[in-house]
Parts: sequence; C-alpha cells; structure tokens
Amino acid sequence: MSLSSNHLLGLKDVPKEDIQLILDTATTFREVLERPIKKVPTLQGKTIVNLFYENSTRTRLSFELAQKRLSADTINFSKSGSSAAKGESFKDTVKNIEAMKVDMIVCRHESAGIPKYLTQISNAKIINAGDGRHEHPTQGLLDMYSIREKVGRLAGLNVCIVGDIGHSRVALSNIYGLQTMGANVSVCGPSTMIPWGMEDFGVKIYNNIDKAMAENDVLNVLRIQLERDAGVLIPSVREYHTYFGITQERIQKNNPNILILHPGPINRGVEISSEVADGSSQIILNQVTNGVAIRMAVLYLLGTKSEE
Amino acid sequence: MEILLKGLRLFNPEQNMDINSDILIKDGIIEKIGNVDLSNHSGIKVFDFSSKVCVPGLYDMHVHLREPGGEDKETVISGSNSAAAGGYTGVACMPNTNPAIDSAEVVKFITDRAKDHLVDVNPIGAVTKGRKGDALAPMLELYDAGAVGFSDDGTAVKTASLLRNALEYAKMIDSPIIEHCEDESLAGGSMNESSISTELGLPSIPTVAEDLIVMRGILLAEYTGGKIHIAHISSKRSVELVREAKSRGIDVTAEAAPHHFTLTDECVRAFDTNYKMNPPLRQQKDVDAIIEGLQDGTIDCIASDHAPHSIEDKELEYIYAPNGIIGLETQLSLTLTELYHKGKLTLGQVVEKLAINPRKILNLEIPQILEGEIANFTILDLDIEFKYDIKSSKSRSKNSPFHGRELKGKSIAVINNSQIYVDGQFQNI
Repeated sequence: MSLSSNHLLGLKDVPKEDIQLILDTATTFREVLERPIKKVPTLQGKTIVNLFYENSTRTRLSFELAQKRLSADTINFSKSGSSAAKGESFKDTVKNIEAMKVDMIVCRHESAGIPKYLTQISNAKIINAGDGRHEHPTQGLLDMYSIREKVGRLAGLNVCIVGDIGHSRVALSNIYGLQTMGANVSVCGPSTMIPWGMEDFGVKIYNNIDKAMAENDVLNVLRIQLERDAGVLIPSVREYHTYFGITQERIQKNNPNILILHPGPINRGVEISSEVADGSSQIILNQVTNGVAIRMAVLYLLGTKSEE
Repeated sequence: MEILLKGLRLFNPEQNMDINSDILIKDGIIEKIGNVDLSNHSGIKVFDFSSKVCVPGLYDMHVHLREPGGEDKETVISGSNSAAAGGYTGVACMPNTNPAIDSAEVVKFITDRAKDHLVDVNPIGAVTKGRKGDALAPMLELYDAGAVGFSDDGTAVKTASLLRNALEYAKMIDSPIIEHCEDESLAGGSMNESSISTELGLPSIPTVAEDLIVMRGILLAEYTGGKIHIAHISSKRSVELVREAKSRGIDVTAEAAPHHFTLTDECVRAFDTNYKMNPPLRQQKDVDAIIEGLQDGTIDCIASDHAPHSIEDKELEYIYAPNGIIGLETQLSLTLTELYHKGKLTLGQVVEKLAINPRKILNLEIPQILEGEIANFTILDLDIEFKYDIKSSKSRSKNSPFHGRELKGKSIAVINNSQIYVDGQFQNI
C-alpha cells in the first residue's frame, strides 16, 4: 500500500484510501511511542529540512520528534517575515537548501500556496505544515485520528469546528478530511469569523454554541487570537467567552457526552473554560502524542514511497 | 519622404468611414486617399496591406511606465516600444513613479524622454503631492506642463474632501479625476473575496471596497459638476452604479482592463503571481457585467493597466508579490479574440473603446483618416491566429498571465509622428 501522491499539500482531494492508510499507519507508530525505546530505523539516511518561515513551537517540535523517532537526518531553518525584506528570495533559499541534497521539505509559511510552489521549484517531497489560512493537513489528520481513537469511527459523526474559521488553516483541513471520511461537518462562531462562501463547502453554519453542542458529537475548538481579534472581529474576549465559550455548564445543559478537541495552544477562560480544558485534558494532550504518530506516518509513507 | 499603403480597408466610426483604398503619406501627412499613379513617385516605398484594416491609432489611457524611479522594470522608451508593438500610437502614463508626477519638472522629464518616439506619451499628474493624500498637487502647473488628467492611482484619493476639491479645481481645465476605486479599510488582500479565497486561504478584497469608492466618486462628481473617470472597473455592482449615474447625466466615464473581461478568480488556484492584480480578478458574473457594460456604453474604453514588475519581485510569495501585469501587447488581441470575434462588440465599438473614447475623455485630438491630417493609424490583421509568446514582448518586464494563449487578430503596423513600426522595426517615413 502506498499513498497516491508524492506530497502532502492539503487534505482537499486526498482520497479516502490515503487518509485511511495514514491513520492506520499512525496506529502502528502510536504503539512504538509507548515502547521503552521509541526509535525505529525506517528513514535512516533520509534528509529532511524543516523550513519554518512562521513561528511555530508545537508543530515544529512534533515534526522534529517524529523525524528523530524515524532516524532521519534533520536540519531546521527558521525565518520570519517576507523573504524579500531579508535580502534572499524564497526561491533562492529553497534552491540553496535543495543543493544540499535533501529528500523532504516540511514547510510552514504565512503565505498560502507556498507548499504548492515548492513542488514546482524543488524535487524534494513536500509536506505542508501550515500555509497562511489555507491548510494544515497533519493537524487535520491528527484531529481525525484522535476522534477515531476515542469514538471508534468517523463516518456518520457530527463534528463542529468552533471559533475563528476565517483565519484558521486547521478548519479547512478538518472540513475536507472529515467530509471525505463520511462525517457531517459544521462550523460555529460569531458571523464575523465565518468566512465568505462557507456554505459552498457543504457545512452547516451555527451562530449559537448551545445549538451546535446539542446537535454534534464532537467539538473541535479553535484558539482565539486575542491580540488580533478583540475589537475587530469580536467586541471583546469577555463577550466571546459569554456567547461562544465552552463551559462545563454548557456541556451539562446541552450534551454531557460531547467530545471536546482543541488543537492548542489553549486560551483558558476564552474559547474554553479551565474546568473543561482540564476535564478534557486527556484527549487534548493525547492529540499532541497522536500528532507525533501522525507525522511519523506521513513522513514514513512519503519517505519510503518510490517516485513514479 | 513618401510611402504608399496599398489595399487597405479604411475604417473609422467617428467619420462614418468604411472604404477600400490606398493611402499615400508624405512626410508623415496623409497626402492622398484613393488610387495613386506610381509613375510620378520615384523612390516611394510601398507597403502591401491587402485586406488589412486601417483604423485611427489606438490609445491606452492607463499604463505604468515606471520612469523615473523604476527603470529596471520599464522606461518611457521600452514602454513606448511595447505600446507600438501592441498597436498603440499613444499612451497616458500614471503618476506612481518615484518621484511621483507631481511637479512640472517630472512631466517635462517624461515628455522629453518620449519626444522622438512614434508613440505619444501623455503624463497623468498626481492629484495630491507625492500621492500622499495630504495636499493637492499643483494641478494647473502640471496641466500647463502637459498633464492630461489627474490620479492618485495605486490608491484612491485619500479623503472625500480632497476628492471634492480636486474635482472642483480640475473643472477650470476640464480635466478628469481618474479614480483607483478601493476603500483602504476594506482592502489589503491578495485576491477577490469569494468562496475561492476562503478555499485558498488567501486574504481577500471584497467587491464592496470598489463599489463604495465608485459611489463616492459619482456622488462627488454630481455634487461638484466635475468629471470623474473610474479606472479599471471590475465589479458588477460598480458597473451598475456607473450605468445608473450616466442615465442621470452625471459626468462619469469608465475603463475596463482586458484581464477583467477574460479571467476570473478561478485562475488564482494556480497560486501564480501573474494572476495577482488590483483590482483582483473577480467572478464570472462580474466578467459578464463588464462585457455588458462595454456593449451598452456604460464602460467607455478598454485600458491595459500595463504594470511591469521584475521577475524577482513577482517571484515572491503570493501575499507579498506586487499587484499587476503587463498588457500593452496583449490588449488589442484579447479584445479582438474575446469580444469582436465572439460577436460581443462590433469593429466600430472596438475602435471606439481602443482609440476614440480614451482620447475624448482626456480631451486629446482624435486622429482622422483625411487628406492633410497627420497619419496616425493602426493597421490591423483581424484574422491572423497566433499563440502569444512572452519572449516576444518589448517590455522590460515579462509578468503576463497570457503567455501561451491562443489569440486571433493583432496589429501589424502603426504609423505616427512620421514613423512606421512594422515587422518589429521603427522606420522614419
């Protein structure tokens, strides 16, 4: 079994068989992570560059750890801001890195489309670690993995993504992946955070969190960008929490069995109360562990795939 | 010096002219229209233009020549060469140069650069000093130096009060204020706002950012009695606003760029920065509205918004790449292919949009195909089919999304200022 593509740019148009294969492969690696010796020699001799143009802590750590667990040689490149402002163009940077003979590039960039551009200017296999507001496929995969691990299935589940959908790359990857796997996906947030044309994506839109909770099996709660959004997209953090915050009281009232996911980092008392965060901590922290397993699976499947 | 152009169809809707005839040109002036007995003309150069169409020289009222300040991207001369190659005998160049065209010296610098060229270059002056939106530029002085209109193109005039005063002030010289219609607080994105921008995760510019400033311009033109010209109109609602304003007798005119009637935001899926422009590529409903606006006269003319950018600038990440594409050499062919050959516009309408109306808007003399007049023509081959190759471009920049596109119809020669451009060469005549 192998993936149908040489790259993972997003979950849009990724076939069900590929997602299934990644999730199943991750299960194997999840088991490896529980062993006393957590390292396998699978990608020995492969060179992977983590090209991070935008700040990231957990995604980068997760990818780095996954690479080390698979015995790959890794190098890290960090840069923030426009490449032009720093003198060297993005293309030149990539060409230079490629000249060092790398097999794979894991890229995070604030401009949407950069992973696709990388496939045009590089021969390496490309993994998107988040591009602009576009996609963050490994996050989508690990969210699906975590749901499947907890509930046992994805098909037929009602999953609602809550928060700033418009500025989120996690939302789109979740929507595409979950829909492919047969889940019913909806979004919930204040109307300023629901992007233009959302209805064209085949998702139900809620502006009422109580209703969303009552009608869904799973909530995937996105982080609210405090510094950026308050006063612009929402009047205040307080108002957001009052009308959209996930509290224990709301869970009890609307749906005591609901599963709460959060891709992190958590703003306690904003999108989710401390009580809920701690109550759901097992699955939220499990998401982090699963993230390593998912990234191992993706790196392994792409890294060992022979080029057609 | 004498040249004879043989076998032409002379076509000028402004003169109700559509005849087949030869033209004799002497020292750049039309000497004779009709049959010419060659025995009396020794040393005459003869061009066989059988079944080609001679129309008034085309005029593009919205180009960026980048000089002074951006000579790596384009110069007055390279841009004029590109214009000639595209079938144009005149262009109006926008003032977002460095320094901006906000003083008589810069106007004269540009006209001096262009003075020996076949292509007429008419600078557009800035509305405000340095295009900064703080204070009016010396509009009368700019006009006297040769500016034919005023614009802060690249952005809208910053405040309604400045636009109001500019419209009032420009009434003294009957000049239009050319508005780049974009509300700053709503704009700032990389593409049109639609479900596609949501899908691609790119920051977006809603059509209402354009519509608001179009409406502001119309209302202020109505209030002041000034002349407003809407640059590169791109949204359906804006076309409706202009149509309604015209029906009420407000002095508003509008132009559309070829990419806004040939491409949609679907193209952005390629993440190719040659599809990044401002206003952005819109949706099919907007494209249809632009074509309808061109058909019913709501949109007066077609202008390229020729915007050269270097390869290194355009190769930036999508959100950082500058807006704009070159267009002088594809504009005529796109108009003929997509509008004339598809029956959307008649040849008469094409000539009005490409040659006559832009000059009317800028109060420039319209070339006549008459004995005794200056020979200022474009010679068209309406039916030639070819594939556009960016490598053939005379512009210093190569940022075009139309490379490889199949086109039908182009200019094969232009004549103006006692020169002919034919077969890729300028010759004095």
